[in-house]
Amino acid sequence: MSTRLSLARGLRIARVLLSTQYAYMLEYRAEIALWALSGVLPFIMLGVWSAALAAGGDDAGLGLGLSQAELARYFLGAFIARQFTVVWVVWAFEEDSLAGRLSPYLLQPLQPLWRYVAAHLAEQATRLPFVAVIAALFFLLQPAAFALPSPGRFLLAVLAIWLAFAIHFLLQSLIAILCFWSERAQALERLLFIPYLFLSGLVAPLAAFPPGVRQVAFFTPFPHMIGFPAQLLAGLEVSIASSFAAMAGWIALLLPLTALAWRAGVRRYTAMGA
Amino acid sequence: MASDWRRYTRTLRRFWGTALAGQLEYQLNLLIELLAMAGNLAGSLFVLSLFYGNGSGGSGPGLGGWSWPEAQVVLGVYTLLDGVSSTLLRPNLSRIVTHVQEGTLDFVLLKPIDSQFWLSARTVSPAGLPEIAVGLALMLGAGLKVGARLDAATLALVAVLLLSSTVILYALWFLLATTSIWFVKTWNATEVLRAALAAGRYPITAYPAGLRTLFTLVLPVAFLTTVPAEAVLGRVSGPWALASLGVAAGFLLLSRAFWRFALRFYTSASS
Repeated sequence: MSTRLSLARGLRIARVLLSTQYAYMLEYRAEIALWALSGVLPFIMLGVWSAALAAGGDDAGLGLGLSQAELARYFLGAFIARQFTVVWVVWAFEEDSLAGRLSPYLLQPLQPLWRYVAAHLAEQATRLPFVAVIAALFFLLQPAAFALPSPGRFLLAVLAIWLAFAIHFLLQSLIAILCFWSERAQALERLLFIPYLFLSGLVAPLAAFPPGVRQVAFFTPFPHMIGFPAQLLAGLEVSIASSFAAMAGWIALLLPLTALAWRAGVRRYTAMGA
Repeated sequence: MASDWRRYTRTLRRFWGTALAGQLEYQLNLLIELLAMAGNLAGSLFVLSLFYGNGSGGSGPGLGGWSWPEAQVVLGVYTLLDGVSSTLLRPNLSRIVTHVQEGTLDFVLLKPIDSQFWLSARTVSPAGLPEIAVGLALMLGAGLKVGARLDAATLALVAVLLLSSTVILYALWFLLATTSIWFVKTWNATEVLRAALAAGRYPITAYPAGLRTLFTLVLPVAFLTTVPAEAVLGRVSGPWALASLGVAAGFLLLSRAFWRFALRFYTSASS
């Protein structure tokens, strides 16, 4: 009985949180469209890679093993995967804790991080139409690259993007929780972004990496966060089971770590009025 | 005229002296900046090397006919400009939006000094200095590796073209920030600009024809990094160098005219 009650309560909270956050995000849709546009990096890199591939002829010693059409779809997939795994919890959390807004959240019978999860999901829903328009424009400009993933692959890609979002959110939450100890926690996010940028597959497909670097990269969560969903969306050869296993492993590691850090951090919390 | 010039240089010295004194309080920041710079540069060099056979062990197709050290010159110019923008441009121009939002632009307009000068030169941050040094070293070092003759005339031309790049970058950024007079929140628009300028990491010939036109005529990325890099390598042509100066002068005048035009529509925060 009590579990059914708490489940119903959880669903109700989720519905209210998501619908209010979605209404809030819709107010900012012009800004969110600009944010979506600021993720053009994969398209710039597609320009460089495709010109290099064309200049060198068939595969050109790049080690890519991709055709022009596959390359184009890979970078479109990387763009889409990036759009739905953008995380900004560290900035929102820092602002809330410095402004003292965190105190009322802490009094509510709901772990405050859920509020940020809802805000991110609502923002992704607001991004969806812009991303769809950009993808349609992309195929209009590059009709030769047009191909849709099979429904099964597409569902796997959606699942992979959600897991990637979960990993990114947990990683950044860990940094955000450090705000309880230091006001400079945000600077650490800059350092985390560097391996993410270069190892995730956002600027280069991992197939182009030297074997040693590729092996090291696969010990980090980053290649699973952009490269893996992009390969799924592009319909490329990819080891599905091992990537999902790795992502599940990272979540199993990060989730309890974040919960522990949160409990230790809240004890140190001394904002205005607390 | 001469006394005007003296007044502005004296003001600038005061502005930057106080800014530096304030920023040097945070030494941990400096360490993080250094780490971020090293990481970013190593990553960029690594990605660049993939086009030169690092991934497969072959020689690779290269980038638009530029050899490995020549491409490094371009990356050096990019790093240098990025350092200049973190030192001079970002600390100032990213605040314009806040001034408009919070109404503090009123105080700036009331000061007995040119408002564009105040907004563009109010502060300076040492965060970009290591990047400037490393960018210069990479640019000149890689240039020497391919046997570029770095005599006084070449260095003077490089300096002029780098100045011209900086002016173009500044004017583009200031133009976008000025639109905040109407739209208030244009912070994201400058993010889009920054993201698109990342294209300057590679020589302009590394792009397909369509993007090449876009990056020369619409968003002048070619003038930001490729043209100065060609000057380092001693192969910039007269027309390109002149075009760079022309684009810089044009954008600067445009930013000036647009700022004056925008101020006519400024109605302060409370009115």
